[in-house]
Amino acid sequence: MSDVQAYPDSGEAQFGDYVALLKPRVMSLVVFTALVGLLVAPVGVHPVVGFAAILFIALGAGASGALNMWWDADIDAVMKRTQSRPVPAGKVQAGEALGLGLALSGIAVVMLALSANLVAAGLLAFTIFFYAVVYSMWLKRLTPQNIVIGGAAGAFPPMIGWAVATGGVSLESALMFGLIFMWTPPHFWALALFMKEDYHKAGVPMLTVTHGRKETRRQILIYTVLLAPVSIWSALTSIGGPVTLATALVLNAIFLKGAYDIWKRPEAQAEGDKYAVEKRVFKFSLAYLFLHFAAFLVEALLKVYGLGGWA
Amino acid sequence: MSFRPDHELHRRRFSRNVGLGVTLVAFVALVFALTVVKVTRGDPMQGFDHTVRPELLPAQTAVEQTGGTQP
Repeated sequence: MSDVQAYPDSGEAQFGDYVALLKPRVMSLVVFTALVGLLVAPVGVHPVVGFAAILFIALGAGASGALNMWWDADIDAVMKRTQSRPVPAGKVQAGEALGLGLALSGIAVVMLALSANLVAAGLLAFTIFFYAVVYSMWLKRLTPQNIVIGGAAGAFPPMIGWAVATGGVSLESALMFGLIFMWTPPHFWALALFMKEDYHKAGVPMLTVTHGRKETRRQILIYTVLLAPVSIWSALTSIGGPVTLATALVLNAIFLKGAYDIWKRPEAQAEGDKYAVEKRVFKFSLAYLFLHFAAFLVEALLKVYGLGGWA
Repeated sequence: MSFRPDHELHRRRFSRNVGLGVTLVAFVALVFALTVVKVTRGDPMQGFDHTVRPELLPAQTAVEQTGGTQP
C-alpha cells in the first residue's frame, strides 16, 4: 500500500475547490464593474484584448481572494458563514492557497501588462497588494473601519478597466472608484446588522460589536449621504448623461430613504420584525450598484447612436 | 501490449487533471489570439533587438543617428 492511499477519498481537493478559493461570487462583481469601466472609456479596445484584460483582472481579484483565504483560515474556521470554505473545511491546505494566490497574482499582472498596458497592470498589482496585505493582514483585525478599507480594494476594478482602454486615470474613473468605495460600508453594515456573526469570537473588530448597533445605524446613514454626491457627480461627467442622472437620482433617493429608516428605528423594533428594513435595504444596495453601472453602460450605448451623454 | 490498470490516485484526481488541462489549453488559445491581434494590428514590437530602426525614432534623432536627410 502506498502513502497516497492513506488519505481518504473525501478529503481530495477537486478542481472546484481551487476555483472556490478564488471567490467566484466576488469575481462576478469585479467582472461587471471592470467591463463597464472598459466600455464607457472614450477609447475603443479590440474585443480580444478587452476579453483578455477582463479575464486577467478577474484572475487577479481571484488571486487576492486566495491569499485572503490563506491568511484568514483561522477566522474562517470560527465563523459559520465561512466554515465551508476550502481551507477551513480541510479540502485545500493553507500553503496551497498561498501558492495558488501568489502564482495567479503574478500571471494576472504580467499578462495584463502584455495584453493591455503597464498602468492597468500596476493598478491591478496595487489592488492585490492592498486587499491581501493592507486589508487582510494589517487592518482587518485592527480597526472597525475595516469594511471601509476593504471597500477600496473592491472599488479598483472599474478604474483598471478604464486604464486598459485609456492607459491612464481620470476624474471619471476616480468617480467610479468613489461610487463603490462609498457604497460598500452601508451595504456591508446593513448585512452585519441582521447576520449577527460571531466576529467577536473570531477577533475581528466589527463596528456592530465595537461601537454598538446604534452607531452602526448612524454610520450607514452617514455613508449613504456621502455616496449621493459622488453618484450625482459621476452622472454629470462624460460617462454620464440624462439617463444616468435620472437613474442616479432615483436610486439615491430610495437608498437614502432606506438608510434613514435604518437609522431611525430602535433595535427592539428591528428584532420585532426580524430586521425586515435592514434586509430590504441590503437587497436594494445590490440592485443600486448594478443599476448604477448598468446606467453608465446604457449611456455609452446610446452615444453610439448619437443619443445619450451631455454633448 | 497491455495497459496497466489505473491507479486509484488517477481516479481521484481525474476531475482536477481535466480541469487543469482545459485551463491550460484555454490559456494557450488566448495567448495565440492575443498574438494574432497584436501582430495584425501592427502594435510597436520592434526595438528590442539593439538595432537602430529610424522609423521608430523621432524625426530629428533619426537624422542625427543615421546621417540621412530630414524629409
